[in-house]
Amino acid sequence: MTAPHARIWPVGIALLLAALSAFAQTDAARSLDANGQLQDPGLQLRFENITKELRCLVCQNESIADSNVELASDLRRQVREMLIAGQSDDAIFKFMTDRYGEFVRFGPPLEAKTLLIWGAPFIALLLGAIIIYRVARNRSRMPLDE
Amino acid sequence: MWKFLLPFAAFVALVVLFALGLNPNRDIHALPSPLIGKPAPEFALTDVMDASKVVSNATLKGQVYVLNVWGTWCVACRQEHEALLEIAQQHVVPIIGLDYMDERDKAKQWLTQLGNPYNAVAFDTDGRTAIDWGVYGAPETYLVDGKGRVIFKFISPMTADVWQHEFLPRITAARRSGA
Repeated sequence: MTAPHARIWPVGIALLLAALSAFAQTDAARSLDANGQLQDPGLQLRFENITKELRCLVCQNESIADSNVELASDLRRQVREMLIAGQSDDAIFKFMTDRYGEFVRFGPPLEAKTLLIWGAPFIALLLGAIIIYRVARNRSRMPLDE
Repeated sequence: MWKFLLPFAAFVALVVLFALGLNPNRDIHALPSPLIGKPAPEFALTDVMDASKVVSNATLKGQVYVLNVWGTWCVACRQEHEALLEIAQQHVVPIIGLDYMDERDKAKQWLTQLGNPYNAVAFDTDGRTAIDWGVYGAPETYLVDGKGRVIFKFISPMTADVWQHEFLPRITAARRSGA
């Protein structure tokens, strides 16, 4: 009578594994509420901030939070899964830029090659100040009466 | 002196900027791939023609190959199909298809009716492989060298001309350098 038992064992293990994986699935499903939002409000807030900061590459001027195209919904799913898996915001952004390049982020990071982008407003401000200073100085030299 | 030189320099700078920015040959939607020079993301998906078979790029290690991303919903893919069939006839490199955001039946029908230029077509059911490759549209065509690195990405319908001038020289160079 040992043979049937030996055969039943693997079946039992398989059933147990199936039950466990079913549990794992409901657990993942439980982290989303009826509106498809993450149940943890902290995670949901991070989800919203991250997806607002990621560009939808199909439409290019919309974020993946706003876009309806399929790629955007695939990327939202990716972000959601990574958040549930406990990954940091930086890890999620790195995942995206590794695949899609820096362009996928709306705000470029401050580095050597983006210095001009970040510096441009200050350069413009400085140029404006120089122009105003020179114009004002020239005017102050003009005689008051014609 | 500065009064004339400064506006003139600004004018020249603007002309250069416009010449670069308004170049009609430049596709403003084409983005450089960060994958160039990096290892090609691995995938193991089902074969679009036979769901019981697996298509994986792991078996292609050591070979130069092309990965072409397409879908039956993609008009430009229909447009490049003839060119792909002709390229396949040359038997230069294996051409692997990645069927993206598609339905299996439609894809099968497409390949049976129009001809199949692919050595194998992987069926990307949930778009995860496409995300790994940084796909944001179709068609997109990648070139992978023998060391398994992505060496080129072409975004637009493939043509005989593009194959001749962009792909063949890179394939020859990759093979010559032993990669």
